[in-house]
Amino acid sequence: MSLISLQNVSYRYSSTDDFLALNNISLTIEKGEWITLIGANGSGKSTLVKTLNGLNMPQEGTISVDGLAMNEENIWTIRQKVGMVFQNPDNQFVGSTVADDVAFGLENIGIPRDEMIDRINRSLEQVGMEDFKQAEPARLSGGQKQRVAIAGILALEPEIIILDEATSMLDPKGRAEVLETVKAVKEKSNLTVLSITHDINEAAHADRIFVLEKGQIKYIDVPEEIFKLGDELIDLGLTVPFVEQLKYQLMENGLDLPEEFMTEERLVEWLWKYDSKM
Amino acid sequence: MEIRFEDVNFTYQPGTPFENKVLHDINFTIKDGSYTAIVGHTGSGKSTILQHLNALKTPTSGSVWLGDLEVTSNKTEKSIRDIRKEIGVVFQFPEAQLFEETVGKDIAFGPQNFGVSEEEALKRAEEILPVVGLDASFMDRSPFELSGGQMRRVAIAGVLVMEPSVLVLDEPTAGLDPKGQLEMMSLFNGLHKEKNLTIVLVTHQMEDVANYADHMIVLDDGKIVGDGSPRTVFQKEKWLRSIQLDVPNTVEFAKELIKDPSWSYDKLPLTLDELTQMIIKEIDHPEVERKDKQVRTDG
Amino acid sequence: MDKLILGQYVPGDSYIHRLDPRTKLVASMWFIILIFMASSWWTYLVLLGLVFVAAKISEIPISYYINGLKPLALLILITVFFQLIFAQGDTVLLEYGWLTITLEGIINAILIILRFVMIVMMSTILTLTTTPLEIADGIESLLRPLKRLKVPVQEIALILSIALRFVPTLMQETEKIMNAQKARGVSFDEGNLLERMKKIVPLLIPLFISSIDRADQLAVAMTARGYRGGDHRTKLRQLEWTNQDFYTFGLFGMVTVLLLSARFII
Repeated sequence: MSLISLQNVSYRYSSTDDFLALNNISLTIEKGEWITLIGANGSGKSTLVKTLNGLNMPQEGTISVDGLAMNEENIWTIRQKVGMVFQNPDNQFVGSTVADDVAFGLENIGIPRDEMIDRINRSLEQVGMEDFKQAEPARLSGGQKQRVAIAGILALEPEIIILDEATSMLDPKGRAEVLETVKAVKEKSNLTVLSITHDINEAAHADRIFVLEKGQIKYIDVPEEIFKLGDELIDLGLTVPFVEQLKYQLMENGLDLPEEFMTEERLVEWLWKYDSKM
Repeated sequence: MEIRFEDVNFTYQPGTPFENKVLHDINFTIKDGSYTAIVGHTGSGKSTILQHLNALKTPTSGSVWLGDLEVTSNKTEKSIRDIRKEIGVVFQFPEAQLFEETVGKDIAFGPQNFGVSEEEALKRAEEILPVVGLDASFMDRSPFELSGGQMRRVAIAGVLVMEPSVLVLDEPTAGLDPKGQLEMMSLFNGLHKEKNLTIVLVTHQMEDVANYADHMIVLDDGKIVGDGSPRTVFQKEKWLRSIQLDVPNTVEFAKELIKDPSWSYDKLPLTLDELTQMIIKEIDHPEVERKDKQVRTDG
Repeated sequence: MDKLILGQYVPGDSYIHRLDPRTKLVASMWFIILIFMASSWWTYLVLLGLVFVAAKISEIPISYYINGLKPLALLILITVFFQLIFAQGDTVLLEYGWLTITLEGIINAILIILRFVMIVMMSTILTLTTTPLEIADGIESLLRPLKRLKVPVQEIALILSIALRFVPTLMQETEKIMNAQKARGVSFDEGNLLERMKKIVPLLIPLFISSIDRADQLAVAMTARGYRGGDHRTKLRQLEWTNQDFYTFGLFGMVTVLLLSARFII
């Protein structure tokens, strides 16, 4: 059974609103997958992920998470299974110190103090922030704050981590450090990852990419196929991968390149070979 | 307007237990009409330098020349205030500075602080809107009902309306999607090309440096560690990585290609066009290339 | 601005630093009551001694305490002035038209200065040796009995700690917006009072809007992390009484008995 499944989900912001922020969406996510969700601003990405932990309750359709139907009764159990990292590192840091912040979720579900301390230590170690336990948020970089947010989620032993543009406000170093952390914890705890991003490098980590347009699923495919969309990618909120841009330019100049998606290394090798044959 | 730093040092809270020296003997010149990129990882002193560029901070020692005005530690706020009209600064996430009821009034705020009448300021506001890609219908709208990208354009208009001769940009594309980033960068490039605006860009985006800048200053730990054209600075790819900076994809790709000894370039390709030309040239004219191989310029 | 960010707290590991914040809160209040119980010169001397010993073992330079007193100097002076002029007394030292200064007035003025100095110094010891967070924890713990009266103590404590946590964030935000408006030609330190107040608008409105935005995002993040208030919450932060706290209360108890007996016996 899929970890997450949505069936014919539609959502409007208020019942009087005609605009469908989500329009008849059906999809499934398997355990252990890394999914990237892309789409232009206003296409409904954030609205969609917020239905997965009951922050948005769709008017139509059904959602199930780890075998539980999304309803008022299950919502708190589901929130424990679905961890969410938001865009602004500051506006989700609740605690006065790193340890306090990781504790917040545990306090909410009434974990006894001894076990809490144990879980805080373990999850901070997993994100490499164990040396900052008593640090105040004002002393941390954006990337460090996001890693603490991830630790706060890991402490609750979730099934899935959702990154809602979690790297978009970070500098390149912070971005890399958060991405590394997510990769590592995913491996270690067999987590499922769903990330909303405009960053092509982050998107490239995905097993599958979901493309959203005007509240509807437009494509679902592996990155290699999605990246071949070329200029259309820009309208979908991504950049065209550098290799694709270069390939396009080279083809314009008469070079006969293969259709398939190539990594940078592949293209370099191809060019070397091509040159030596000339 | 030319900007020159002469032996600039800056220390936060000197003489207290929290004393923190963030700039060490900074010397550089930003030429009139240039497009200068200032790069360095977070905490390298970039934002402190930026605040010196329009005298929001004054150096602890040394002087900052803003055109003919020498800014030193003992300058009063009053004597340097007027320079801020000449040097416009667009801060990171500038939409945070919007406060008026209407877009028009907000844009007109700056000129009025420098003595322009309200009527004239509003007229200038209306004229500046198309420059940032918005039309006159925005004048009477509330800035707070706009999209994030539109708010940012309004904030930028609020700086451009003062008709500065230098435009300082602090991570102007942060938080925008790639399409918005591209539009924003071409907006600034247009201003640079058409109005001969001097541009100082503080950024992490090395692609933008490669595509637009003609001068590049590299900061590390409060010191200047690189100062030159992007082509010369990006030559030292390994060194840049060692101070936690990226190199553009084009440079990385070209450096990868020349690992095969039969490949070479005579100038490091920075833009996609340059890289394409390099590859085409190599593949089309192997016999010409072979001669060039003797003068390989490998950093 | 940075001074405010750091608050009053001076890090350290003195006896006073290590005391439970509840002890320090209760002791500070207790001390104020003691001051009003003081009736004679020597009782004042005992209390003054207590303050100085506490300041000494806090291992914080005396200059910090003097700085703590400075803002109150004017208030003290005004009070002293009124005491001198309006105090009634028999021993007239100086009489000039409507102005009469009596010995009793002078003595009262000196006692008032002493009280002020002692109260301010004692509360300065509290804030210099205790982080705002510890104070918040202490207050929550002391207020806990009010839960029986349906006072939402946990919620109040959470609000307090979140407010404290966002102080540095808001200070940074303020500085950023101030810089941005300065770059647009505002000079915050020029003009008369009215003009200056008008200049605060371009600072306050953006701050207000961003704070609402922050609060909104924070509420969503807290909900996503399973926050729903109520009594089933457990707590990481716990305060623990140690021997030190008992010794401190013992000392205060002894001083109280001493002062009380002084009142009744002598």
